[in-house]
Amino acid sequence: MAVKSVIEAVREAIREEMARDPKVFVIGEDVGIRGGVFLATLGLAEEFGYDRVIDAPLAEASIMGIALGAAFRGMRPIPEVQFSDFVWPSINQLIGEAARTCYGTNGALQVPMVIRMPYGGGIRGGLFHSQNVETHFFHTPGLKVVTPSTPYDAKGLLKSAIRDNNPVVFLEHKKTYRLVRGEVPDEEYTLPLGKADIKRTGSHITVVSYGLTLHYCLEAAEELAGEGIDVEVVDLRTLTPLDTETILESVKKTGKLAIVHEDNITGGVGAEIAALAAGQAFEYLDGPIMRVCGPDVPTMPFAQTLEDAYMPTADKIADGLRKLAAY
Amino acid sequence: MPRKRTTTTQADGANGARAKTRLPKGLKNSDLVDYYTRLVQARSLDERIWALNRQGKVPIAASSQGHEAAQLGSLLAAEKDGDCFLFPYYRDLALKVAAGLTPVQTMMSFMGKAGDPYSNGRQFPLQGADLPHKIIQISNVVAAGLTQSVGYALGCRMAGEKTVVLVYFGDGATSQGETHEAMNFASIHKLPVIFICENNRYAISTPKTSQMAIEEFADRASSYGFPGFTVDGMDLVACYEATREAIIHARSQGPVLLEMMVERFMSHTTDDDDSRYRPEGEVERARERDPVVTLARTLIDETILTQKQVDEIAAAVLKATDEATDIADASSPPDESGLHDMVYSP
Repeated sequence: MAVKSVIEAVREAIREEMARDPKVFVIGEDVGIRGGVFLATLGLAEEFGYDRVIDAPLAEASIMGIALGAAFRGMRPIPEVQFSDFVWPSINQLIGEAARTCYGTNGALQVPMVIRMPYGGGIRGGLFHSQNVETHFFHTPGLKVVTPSTPYDAKGLLKSAIRDNNPVVFLEHKKTYRLVRGEVPDEEYTLPLGKADIKRTGSHITVVSYGLTLHYCLEAAEELAGEGIDVEVVDLRTLTPLDTETILESVKKTGKLAIVHEDNITGGVGAEIAALAAGQAFEYLDGPIMRVCGPDVPTMPFAQTLEDAYMPTADKIADGLRKLAAY
Repeated sequence: MPRKRTTTTQADGANGARAKTRLPKGLKNSDLVDYYTRLVQARSLDERIWALNRQGKVPIAASSQGHEAAQLGSLLAAEKDGDCFLFPYYRDLALKVAAGLTPVQTMMSFMGKAGDPYSNGRQFPLQGADLPHKIIQISNVVAAGLTQSVGYALGCRMAGEKTVVLVYFGDGATSQGETHEAMNFASIHKLPVIFICENNRYAISTPKTSQMAIEEFADRASSYGFPGFTVDGMDLVACYEATREAIIHARSQGPVLLEMMVERFMSHTTDDDDSRYRPEGEVERARERDPVVTLARTLIDETILTQKQVDEIAAAVLKATDEATDIADASSPPDESGLHDMVYSP
């Protein structure tokens, strides 16, 4: 077992699935000769040819629409949106068309497509290279939404996403690409979509998170362990399907729930999980449901001070959890 | 293929002689009779659907009356070729019916009944997919189907197939950015896509002069590096021949744009009232070139059909429309238990 970065794990997953299935192909901006701006597809054009790693014109709507049309023909396209911030020109093809295809054709057509996007902030990306876009897709029936936090999860989940017969939005937090490293098995493996992972077991508080902030939650949990507060950290891994069972089991065990995400707080994933717990684990709760999330401003600003003020950090999370533990 | 204006219709004479379609090359008489019958059937259903809307039995309909020659002429070429796939748009009722949908299936779809082959009552009529007849139309968002059709052609090429994709859209869709993106990508990759613009010069109420500053949309093809033609879309034979040539070109050299000049005989949809924005007498003048009437006249003039046979076709078609209406009207809507089905594919 070798230690790898998230970006290496992503690249390995794509490469292995392309070798496994000739129907899998990549299309996007700078994915071929450049190997992607984050190098997620480095070397793939040389290995599989430029017909299967297509450098598209700089036009996101057609990247998505063309990938979707190829999926209608039974291909398994992996369109890359260079930054999640650039998904908006293609949003009709994704939310308007792809998500409704199976339902709108009564199952006659499938959309075996994985839309990969680097997302999220904390990298001085400003308003247009830092966006958290997950809530829009989380809200859309017909899409699956995957948000890995570690190299092991990224590879296993991406391979499953590529083999899935539905449109899967695969969100890779760009700050984790090289920052987060971990062991990845040499042998073949996949991880199921819709199954959360308890990254740290605990008995006093349940913290639910995903992506970059999952790591901040783990840091906060370590800090609180020294204060006698035993925190369980649930990594959602996939937002859709949402693993309600794991969330509820944990909440019933600890009696306290906090949700942490970088995306804006209002109407976010945390709000839905809070409603889930309030509706189905009400009798088990012995404290208010807490959210530590991005504030309601349009993405984290560019200036360091303002970006820091926006981002949920281990310290902010720990502060929140201390208050919750005091109930 | 040089850029040219294509028509086979003789101009109306000053002495009142009416327009007439000449016979095509490479077709049998039986093809024309077959297509005439399909044309009349599509028109009959179209008219009935409009009436059923007024009776409260069809919630919404977009008529293809006036567009049929473009739709069926191109379909005839596609069927003769045998390896084409279609991405129609919402005004392609005649195309979808003529491609093989039965009158009963058509009426089921318009009434939103269980067994609607396109979407089982989930979508607007004849919207979704009819894969047995090689048709996909996912949505009402104009031009969304263009990029999808280009992707479909790309997928066919990856699968080692020689399929030519015909994608249909109205002049309204020419203003969308995705139309540009689709044409650009198709040209870069020399994909076998035929872009068929059914230009009736109206995007609902917005006239062509408010949509583009050029005379012919086909001119835009040159900016992408592929040929574009303006075709008389009221002439089934001209549309057949232009599409036949385009299919040959597309398969070997890449995309073609066919701008088929058609007339919209009805309002935009059953919810629209075109008397608010169309000049008086415009529709009446357009109807003088009704493709149903024109083709019937040709078939009789060329002694392919007698008037009696034309009348017999009309009677048989009307009977089929009547029966289909009754069957669909009496059939069940989808069961509400199916609301949650097929959100995801297994």
